[in-house]
Amino acid sequence: MHHYTLWHALIGGILIGLASLLATVLSGKIPGISGVFGRLLVTATPDKPWRAVFLFGLTGGAALSFALWQSAALFRPMRPIVVMATAGLLVGFGTRLGGGCTSGHGVCGVGMGAKDSITATLIFMVTAMVTVFIYNRVAL
Amino acid sequence: MKAGKLVLFFVAGGLFGTGLAVSGMTDPARVIGFLDVFGAWDPALLFVMAGAVGVYGLGMLILRRFQSRNLDLPSAASAPIDRPLVIGAAIFGIGWGLGGFCPGPALANLGALRIEALLFVPAMAIGMVLAQRFFGADR
Repeated sequence: MHHYTLWHALIGGILIGLASLLATVLSGKIPGISGVFGRLLVTATPDKPWRAVFLFGLTGGAALSFALWQSAALFRPMRPIVVMATAGLLVGFGTRLGGGCTSGHGVCGVGMGAKDSITATLIFMVTAMVTVFIYNRVAL
Repeated sequence: MKAGKLVLFFVAGGLFGTGLAVSGMTDPARVIGFLDVFGAWDPALLFVMAGAVGVYGLGMLILRRFQSRNLDLPSAASAPIDRPLVIGAAIFGIGWGLGGFCPGPALANLGALRIEALLFVPAMAIGMVLAQRFFGADR
């Protein structure tokens, strides 16, 4: 798997779907990454252990994949680090206000045909595309 | 929670992280390449979403048939489409387009100790804490 193809995209997506299914059955909740992570940051959250273990697994699985496959390890930074920090702040705030991210709304919610998730996904896709257009082609 | 169940959660997380890395979604250039519709458009993210949404949607349909077997599944009912949902999704999109990271890929890149992730993740945590303090964590 040294040469990236769209098969990698499809197979990776299938793995993400399977992982989300497994976590849904285990937790009884929609295991969107922003919700799993965000609720770890609330003192009153009762079910912290599985959330922490799931996210450790995510980071570990990715690290192992980076080590095993060149195509997975490809990382091309696009933005200065100040922009990355600002982006992180907006992603954190927006996902918790909007109740989900690319996984909770985009994969699970859309997969179940939930109207709120379909709406949220369309909105964040459009604002992300507009932002990239402005950043790449207008502002800088 | 039993230790065996936690092991399964670790496996689920590991599968998720492997999927993100294999799909190329941990590379911000590929994500921004998809979002840059007026550039050299990269369709990869669409294939990732198709695979993930298809498997999850189909899987949930099948699993609901086993509801009687005491499976505890989340509701597929939509929450109200209200102002926080719309504004939050819009703000998330701006951040996603700015950095090329959504929460999963940012956490996936932590293990590789990439400076972008090491800055993005704490900033994201601060944003989450702020949103949850002002608007509650139950969204």
